[in-house]
Amino acid sequence: MVINMVHIVPEIIKESVTNLVKNGERTDGRAFDEYREISLETGVIEKAEGSARVKIGNTQIVIGAKPQIGAPFSDTPNVGVLMTNTELLPMAAPNFESGPPDENSVELSRVTDRCIREGKVVDLDKLCIVPGEKVWMVFLDLHVVDYDGNLMDAAVLGSVAALMNTKLPTTKIEDDELILDYDNMIPLPINDTALMSTFAKIGGEMIIDPSLEEEEVMVARLSVGITGDGSICAMQKGGEQPLNKEEILKAVSLAKIKTAELRKLLP
Amino acid sequence: MIIIITNTNLNSGTETSGRANNRAFDELRNMKIEAGVLERADGSAYLEIGGNKVLAAVYGPRELFVRRLMQPNKAVLRCKYNMAPFSVDDRKRPGPDRRSVEISKIASEALTPAVFLEKFPRSTIDVFIEVLEAEGGTRCAGITAASVALADAGIPMRDMVVACAAGKSDGKVVLDLSEIEDKEGEADLPIAIMPRTGEITLLQMDGHLTEEEFEQALDLAINGCKIISEEQKKAIKNRYGD
Repeated sequence: MVINMVHIVPEIIKESVTNLVKNGERTDGRAFDEYREISLETGVIEKAEGSARVKIGNTQIVIGAKPQIGAPFSDTPNVGVLMTNTELLPMAAPNFESGPPDENSVELSRVTDRCIREGKVVDLDKLCIVPGEKVWMVFLDLHVVDYDGNLMDAAVLGSVAALMNTKLPTTKIEDDELILDYDNMIPLPINDTALMSTFAKIGGEMIIDPSLEEEEVMVARLSVGITGDGSICAMQKGGEQPLNKEEILKAVSLAKIKTAELRKLLP
Repeated sequence: MIIIITNTNLNSGTETSGRANNRAFDELRNMKIEAGVLERADGSAYLEIGGNKVLAAVYGPRELFVRRLMQPNKAVLRCKYNMAPFSVDDRKRPGPDRRSVEISKIASEALTPAVFLEKFPRSTIDVFIEVLEAEGGTRCAGITAASVALADAGIPMRDMVVACAAGKSDGKVVLDLSEIEDKEGEADLPIAIMPRTGEITLLQMDGHLTEEEFEQALDLAINGCKIISEEQKKAIKNRYGD
């Protein structure tokens, strides 16, 4: 999806949002470390082997996981494959246009993928069926239908929920034939529940879960992925301005607390 | 290596002889429509019918940046139909294919006659139809949802276009084909109408029908449209009151 038309944020809004933050307030009355209302449902798409619908505030993503049999990569012949793809649908925002994925869409896919991969959410070793020949390839498709800021956290939360909801048919090999038994489904092997928290830097403060209005005003952004045991598994800085060490360390320690809270929403 | 798939409930919910869930020949699948489900879009609607789950969103009337499409005396209505990769049994590759391009075209032509485009010269009304799950009849579901989204966006219209298919399955002319009935059936006839006048804004057919069967199917589909039309009105009333 191509994001065209540079969206111009009026200076007056920039100023008012920034001044609010400097006074310890946010436009929607939240605390700096407070998420918007989150809802998470799983199993919303029957045709997908795993699915979830996640809402953070008005941001909404529908996620489907579809496993397919495929060949492994030649450098990892004993490991399954996970592919993450994001569609920033033109229905999600007035400035999103249809077309091949643009840099924002690719960044979202890759950061989500990194958090899930490095967080070892899926036990890819167990997805090998015939070494070097047949493995499960899990396609994770993120359909962004409503964009109101902080896609990253919604994407990771929904993706992990969709993967936890995913069922695979059992496989067996008989006489060099691969038999997929859809009558006996098993859950996708899940190791961990890595989740992500994103902070926006506005007025020298780091505020969690930026709304669209705050994203338009922020000077920098930091997303931190944290695994179930509290270690860091993925990070991504964005935005035009730098961050200092104190800001980063503060975000990391807060992300640890906040992802633990998000984890309670998982099925 | 040969891959063998064993699955005894492949046809679960839809048997081939007789209709699934004891559906009568002129009976629609269970459905629900909800208006105003998205925050950013100017208008939106969510529709479920049978196993179909469809989202529609409308932006506009807004400035048209593609100069060559601009009409000096009226707005253009552009429609994009798209299927989610997870909406079908075998993952669909994202992005447009020939089928979705065709459906986009006929959907915008189905909706156009109902909209007072002449009120908005040089602008565009963009309609996005997103199929989240497909189970036969997604184009009709998409057009029906798109009309509700247009109404939700407050776009002035002569009528709310509504779409429904009839066809022939297992030798009988039936209303609202399911996925199995469509695949194994003999004919499919999706139509869209403006229910106040009964004028037809979309008509497609594939398969084999005699002239009598065609007339029967057409009447059946028109009746189906009228029932769905009431659901559309209900969705708008639920959102905005009477």
